[in-house]
Amino acid sequence: MKKYLYTILALGLSFGCQPEFNDPINEVGFYTSGEADFSNYVAVGNSLTAGYADNALYIEGQLNSFPSMLADKFSLAGGGDFNQPLVADNLGGLLANGQQIQGNRLVLEVTASSQNPAPIEGTPTTDIANHLEGTFNNMGIPGAKSYHLMANTYGNIGNLPAANPYFIRIASSNEATVIEDAVAQDPTFFTLWIGNNDILGFATSGGIGEDQTGNLDPSTYGNSDITDPNVFANIYNELLKALTANGAKGAVANIPDVTAIPYFTTVPYNAIPLDEATAAMLNQAYAPYNTGLQQAAFLGAISPEEATERTINFTVGQNPVVLLDEDLTDLTSINEGLTNMRQATNQDLIPLPVSSVLGTLADPSDPNSVIGVGVPLNDDQLLTASEIQLVVTAQTAYNTAIKALADQYDIAFVDIQSLMNTLAQGGVSFDGGTITNTFGTGGAFSLDGVHPTQRGYAVVANNFIRAINSKYNSDLPLVNPGSYPTIFVK
Amino acid sequence: MKNTMLIVLALLCFSVSYAGGYRIALQGQKQLAMGHTGVAVINSSELVFFNPSGLTFLNEKFTVSVGANLVFANISFQNQNYGWHTEDKNSAATPFNVYAAYKINEWVSVGLGIYTPYGSGVEYPKDWEGSHLINDISLASIFVQPTVAFKINDIVSIGGGPIFATGNVNFNRNIDRTTTDVNGNRTNVTIDKTGITAWGYNLGLTVKPTEKLTIGVNYRSKIQMDAKDGEADFQNVPEGGNLQGQFDQVTFDASLPLPAELTVGASYAINEKWLVAFDYNRVYWNAYENLDVEFSNGQSSINPRNYKNSSTYRFGLQYNATPRLVLRGGYYFDESPVQSGYFAPETPRNDSNNFTGGFSFKLSDRFTIDASFLYIHFDEVEESYDHYQENGQNISFGGLYKNNGFVPGLGITYGF
Repeated sequence: MKKYLYTILALGLSFGCQPEFNDPINEVGFYTSGEADFSNYVAVGNSLTAGYADNALYIEGQLNSFPSMLADKFSLAGGGDFNQPLVADNLGGLLANGQQIQGNRLVLEVTASSQNPAPIEGTPTTDIANHLEGTFNNMGIPGAKSYHLMANTYGNIGNLPAANPYFIRIASSNEATVIEDAVAQDPTFFTLWIGNNDILGFATSGGIGEDQTGNLDPSTYGNSDITDPNVFANIYNELLKALTANGAKGAVANIPDVTAIPYFTTVPYNAIPLDEATAAMLNQAYAPYNTGLQQAAFLGAISPEEATERTINFTVGQNPVVLLDEDLTDLTSINEGLTNMRQATNQDLIPLPVSSVLGTLADPSDPNSVIGVGVPLNDDQLLTASEIQLVVTAQTAYNTAIKALADQYDIAFVDIQSLMNTLAQGGVSFDGGTITNTFGTGGAFSLDGVHPTQRGYAVVANNFIRAINSKYNSDLPLVNPGSYPTIFVK
Repeated sequence: MKNTMLIVLALLCFSVSYAGGYRIALQGQKQLAMGHTGVAVINSSELVFFNPSGLTFLNEKFTVSVGANLVFANISFQNQNYGWHTEDKNSAATPFNVYAAYKINEWVSVGLGIYTPYGSGVEYPKDWEGSHLINDISLASIFVQPTVAFKINDIVSIGGGPIFATGNVNFNRNIDRTTTDVNGNRTNVTIDKTGITAWGYNLGLTVKPTEKLTIGVNYRSKIQMDAKDGEADFQNVPEGGNLQGQFDQVTFDASLPLPAELTVGASYAINEKWLVAFDYNRVYWNAYENLDVEFSNGQSSINPRNYKNSSTYRFGLQYNATPRLVLRGGYYFDESPVQSGYFAPETPRNDSNNFTGGFSFKLSDRFTIDASFLYIHFDEVEESYDHYQENGQNISFGGLYKNNGFVPGLGITYGF
C-alpha cells in the first residue's frame, strides 16, 4: 500500500511539474558539435570581438558581443562558461588612475528639432588601474592591430600611451602578450578576427599616416600607418600556430572594405548646396586661382590635365567640396595663392566626423570662410582616391593571407568582407525587415559609424555559425537579429 | 499523509491553468471529479452553477458546498531555430466556489453561488524571447449568482438568475522586441485595473422523464468586461521618446469578453450504485476577436485573437461504494478555441485530454468531505503567433509549446 502511495506521489510530481518535450533542445545531444569541441572557447581579436560599439566598450555591448552570442549557442552543444572582462558601467569611458583617457559612448540625443549622436553624460567608473584577476574567454582588445597581439609591453600600464588600456586591465603580467594569455587558457575552440585596425587607423585619420609596406619592423610603425602585408601574414601565421598547437579547431574572419562602413559613406563628396547667386559669387572669388592654374600649365609646371582637375567651378545645386590634396603638384613657389586645392570627386571619401564642421564658418567673423567652400578641407579631413588605393591594396593582401592560412590550418573561414558589402548594397533581411549600412537608420552600424550595433553583431555571429556548422558538421542554431537592439536613444 | 503530499507538491511547483482560453472549469469538487459533467446530475448545491433548474429535485432542505482547488499548470516553450527554451514561472492560483441551495417548498428552490469561472495567471521570465507579447498576466474574476428554480411538474423544472461579475486585470509586456532606455533596460508597459464589474444571466431546464434518466440544458450569457480608465504604467521609456511626457500618467480602456456557453447533457442511474453522465458543452469564443488596448495618449495596441467557438465533451461516472463513501471518475476532451497562427504565449494551448477522479466521504449525517483531482494532458504543439507587428510588418513568434495541469481540490458539503 505504501509503495502504491509513493507511485502516486511520483506520478503526481511529474504531473505537477514542467512538461517535458519529446526532444528537449536543451538536452545533451539535440544539437551536436560535429568535429569541433566547444567546451573551452576563447575569442581573440580587436574591438569587434570585444563588443565595442558607439565609440566605447560598455556592459550592454559586451554582453551581446558576437563571441558571447556564439558561446550562448555553443552551450547547447557542449560549450562551457564564457567569461568576459566586463567594464564597470554602461557609460563606456575609461579612467587611468582617475584621469579620463577615453570618452563615453555615443547615444542619440533627441530634441523636438534635432537628433544628434553625443557622448552620454556621466563620470565613468572603469579605471584601468584596477586590474582584473583571472582569465577571460573574450580576448578582444579594442584598438589592437595584428602585431599588437604579440607585443610584450602591450599590457604594461607604464608603457602608456603605446600600451593598450583594455589589455592593461586584464594582462596576466606586464610582459604578457594577448596571444600568450589566450593560449594559456588551453582553448578547444577559438575565433580570430584581427587586421581591421592595420588599415583602419590609416583610413580614419584621413590617410595622414604612412603606408609601411616594405618596412618589416612593426615596432617602428605609428598608429595611423598601414601594416606591411608580409608582416601581417607572418604574424597571422604565428597566431594560428599558437592557437592550434593543442589541436584546437576554430574560425577566422577576413577584413571588410573600409568603403563599406558608414564612417566613410555617409557624407557625400558633393555636400555643398548652392543657389545661382552664391555659385556665381564663389566662381568669381576662385577666378584668380583658376587663372593661376592656366598660367602654371602654360609654363609647364603642371599638365593641362592637372590644371583641369584642380579648376574650381560651382553650379546651381549640389557641389563637390573644396579640399587640399597633398598629392597635387606644389605650386606655391610660383604663386602663394596656388595652394593644393581641387574639388572632390566621387572617388574621395569624407569621414563622418567632418559632417559636424562641413558648411560651418572657420572664422565666425568671416562669412567667406565656409569650410569645404571658402576654406578647403585638410588632408586629415578626407580620404582621397589614391589613399583609398593604398588601403585596398593592403587589405587585399591581408585577405589573401587570411584565406590561405585558414585553408592551410584547415579551419573555418568567415567572409565578413562579402557580408559588409551586402549590407552596403541592399542589406541583409531578417524577420523585422532589412538591415543596411545606412548611418543611424540602417540598423547595422552603431553611432560611431565603424562598429556594428548589437543587431549588426548578431548578423556577424550568424555568419560565424554558418561557417562553423559547414566546416565541422555541427548543427548550432542561429541567433535572431530581430531580438537585438540597434542604436540607443537617450 | 495525503495532505502532506499535496503541500509538498504545492511547494514544488505553482502555476495556474485554464481550460480553453482563460476559462477555468473547476466549479465544484463533486462534479469536477466526474469529468466536470453536471448539467443533468442531481447531486448537490453545485447545481447552482451547473444547472439551477435541477435544485428543485434535490432531497435536502438546505445544503451548502464550499471548496477550492490548487492549480498547478505549466508551460514549456522551445524554438529549435534559435535554441530558445523557456519555462513559465510557476505561480499559485486557488479558484474557489461556494454554493448554497434552500428548498422553500416542493415547487420552489432558491440558491446562491459565488465562484471563479474565468481567470488566468502566467508569468514568464522577464525579458524572455516572447516578452514583446507578454511578460506576465493576471486575470481574476468572481461571479455572484442568485438563483431561483421552479418545478413545473414532477418531470420538468426551470431555473435561472442574474450574474454579477467583478474582475481584475494586470498585464505586462515589453513594448517591442528591442527598445530600451540608455542602460539597456527594456521599455515595457503594465496595464492594471481592479474592480471591473458587469452583469449577465444564467438559465436552465431539467427534464426527468423517468426515475433513472435526467436531461439538462443550461445557458450562460456572455459577459463583457469593460476596463475604463485603468492605469497604464510605462517603464524605461527613453527620454528622447518621451519629450512631451506622452508616456507619463497614461490610462487605458480595454474590453474582454467572457463568452456565452451552452451545455446539454444527460445522466442515467444504472442502479442504486452506479450513475453515468454525459455533457456536451459549447463555448462561444468567437466573441473574442481582438484584445485592443486604447491608451489615453492616443496610441493603441491591437492584438488579434480570432478565437473560434469550441466544444467540450464530458463523461462522468459515480459509484456509491458504501453508505459513507462515493467514488467518482471522469474524462473530458477540451477543444482549444485558439486557432493556428494565433498562439499567443499567454494562452498557448491546444486541445487537451482531461482525466478526473475523486470521492466524497460522509463524516456525519450532515457533513461530507469532497475531494477531486484533475490531470490535464496536452500533446506538444508546434505553433506561432503571427499577428504581432513592427514597422507595419507581421513578425511571427513561435516554436514548440507543451502544457500540463495538475489540479487537486478539496471541499466540504453541509446539508440536511
